[in-house]
Amino acid sequence: MEKTLNNKAWFLVLPVLLLVAFNALIPLMTVVNYSVQETFGGGLYFFEGAKWFQQILASERFHLALGRQFAFTFTILLIEIPLGVAIALTMPRKGPWVSVCLVLMALPLLIPWHVVGAIWNIFALPEIGLLGRGLNALGFDYNYTRQIGSAWFTLVLMDVWHWTSLVVLLAYAGLMSIPDAYYQAARIDGASRWAVFRHIQLPKMKRVLTIAVLLRFMDSFIIYTEPFVLTGGGPGNSTTLLSIDLVKMALGQFDLGPAAAMSIIYFLIVLAISWVFYTLMMRNEERG
Amino acid sequence: MTDTTAAARDEAATPTPGLRARRRARRGWAWIVPALYILFLMVPIYWLLNMSFKTTGEVLGDFTLWPRNFTLENYRRIFTDPTWYSGYINSIIYVTINTVLSLAAALPAAYAFSRYRFLGDKHLFFWLLTNRMAPPAIFVLPFVQLYSSVGLFDTHIAVALAHLLFNIPLAVWILEGFMSSVPKEIDETAYIDGYSFPRFFVKIFMPLIATGIGVAAFFCFMFSWVELLLAKNLTSVAARPIASVMTRTSSISGYEVSLLSAAAALTIVPGAVVIYFVRNYIARGFALGRV
Repeated sequence: MEKTLNNKAWFLVLPVLLLVAFNALIPLMTVVNYSVQETFGGGLYFFEGAKWFQQILASERFHLALGRQFAFTFTILLIEIPLGVAIALTMPRKGPWVSVCLVLMALPLLIPWHVVGAIWNIFALPEIGLLGRGLNALGFDYNYTRQIGSAWFTLVLMDVWHWTSLVVLLAYAGLMSIPDAYYQAARIDGASRWAVFRHIQLPKMKRVLTIAVLLRFMDSFIIYTEPFVLTGGGPGNSTTLLSIDLVKMALGQFDLGPAAAMSIIYFLIVLAISWVFYTLMMRNEERG
Repeated sequence: MTDTTAAARDEAATPTPGLRARRRARRGWAWIVPALYILFLMVPIYWLLNMSFKTTGEVLGDFTLWPRNFTLENYRRIFTDPTWYSGYINSIIYVTINTVLSLAAALPAAYAFSRYRFLGDKHLFFWLLTNRMAPPAIFVLPFVQLYSSVGLFDTHIAVALAHLLFNIPLAVWILEGFMSSVPKEIDETAYIDGYSFPRFFVKIFMPLIATGIGVAAFFCFMFSWVELLLAKNLTSVAARPIASVMTRTSSISGYEVSLLSAAAALTIVPGAVVIYFVRNYIARGFALGRV
C-alpha cells in the first residue's frame, strides 16, 4: 500500500513509545550501569570500564553456556520445523476435524511455562512418571536427574511438545492460502506429490515459515522458565542454558557486574541474529 | 509427448475409478500423522489429570494408569483455600489490565505504522520488536528495582506494566498486519464525509478490524498468562500469581504432588476456553496478521 508522509503520525505512536521506553530503556540503562562498575556494597561504585566484558568473553563458563544454547536452539529448530510442516501437510483441509485439530494442537501453547516445566518434571520421573517408568520398562536406562543424555532428551522432547504446534499453525495457515486452482493446474500437468510440494506449497509457505523460524529462534534462545523448572540446569551444569546461567550469576551469586556485562553480550547476540531474519522477512514481504 | 500430456489431462479431468481410489488411499492414511501428534500432546496432560484425581499417597506409593481411589479432594482444597484461589484471581487481574493497556496503546500506533511514513518509522518498528527479543532474565533485577523505587512492587499494576514490554510490540505487529489489509480508500472517503479522526477510528475503522483486535487481545492474554518469571519476582504476597503459590506450597508442606497437579491442571482451563473462540484466527495472529 502507498503510504503518505506525515510526521504528525508520531503523536499516535507516542503512548506506545512512552510505555515501552519506561519498561525497556530504564532497566537497560540500569544494566549498562552495572556492567561498567564494581561495587562492594553500601552504595559505593567504582568505574571499571570494559573489565567485566573482557572477563565474560574470556570465561570458559560463558563459552560452555553459549555452546549449549546454540546446540539446544539448532536441535529444536531442526526437529520442529520439518515436523511442523509434515503435520500441517497431512492435516484435514475441511470438515469438523479441522477445529478439533486446531484446538487440541494449540493447547500446549496456552499452558503457563512454569506449569509446562512442572508437567514434564513429573511426567519424566523414573518412579512415578509415565515417561520415565515406561522407558525404563522398555529396557532403557533413563534417569533425567542423573544422566546428561536423558536430561537433554527430556529437554528437547519437552520443547518439541510445547512449541511444534506453533510451526504447524503457521504452516497450515500458509497452505490454506493457496487457491484450489493451483492444485488443479498441477494435477492437469501430472505433477508428482513432491513436485507439488516443492513448487507450489513450499514457496507459498516461505513467508510464514520465515516467521516461524524467527519466532522459534528468538523464544528458544531466551528460554528460561521451562528448563529451570525441569532440570534446574543439571545434572551438574549440563543443561545450564544462557538465561539460567545469567540468573544464577545475578540472583544466586549477586555478581552484578559480570551478570550485567553478560546480559548485554547475550542481548546483542539475539539482536544480531534476529535482525538478519527480520531483514529477510521484510524483503519477502516487499516481493509480496 | 503430446499424446501423454493429453492423456494425462483427460485422466485428470475425469479421473478413472482406479486413480481416484489410489488418491483416496494416499489421502486416507495421512490422518495418522496429526493423530499421532495429538496423542503425543495429550499423554502428559492425561498424566497430569490422572495424578490430580489421586491422593498423594497413591501417586507416590502405587503406579497406576488411572486413579484407584478417585478423589476431588485436591480440587476442593484449591477452591476453598484463599491462598490458593487468590493466585488465580491475581493472575487474571494483571492479565486483564495488561490486555486493555496493550490494546489501547497499540491501536493508534498500529494505525500510524500501517497508513503513514514518518521520520524513523522503520527503526521504531524494529526497535519495538527488539523488546520482544530481550531475554526476560536480563530484566528481572532492574525491574524489581525500578518498580520498588516507584512504589509499585507487589501490585497487579506492576506486573501488568512489566508485561507491556513484550505485549505492546506484539499487539502493534498483529494489528498493523490486519490494518494494512483494509483499503485506504475507506479512510479517505470517511474524511471527505466529514468524520473527525477519533470518530472515524472508533465508529468505522475499529469494527472493520474487529477480528484483528480479537486476535491481538488473545495474544496479549496468552503471553501475559504464560509468563511467570517477571510476575513471580515483581510480587510477594498481595499480588502473587498462581505459580508463586505453587512453588511456595511445595517447599512449605513437603512434596504434595497430587495437589500441585490439580493446581497445574486448573491453569490450563482459561487457555483452553479462549482458544476455542479464536481457533480459526490463531494462525493469522502468529503470523503477525501477515498470512
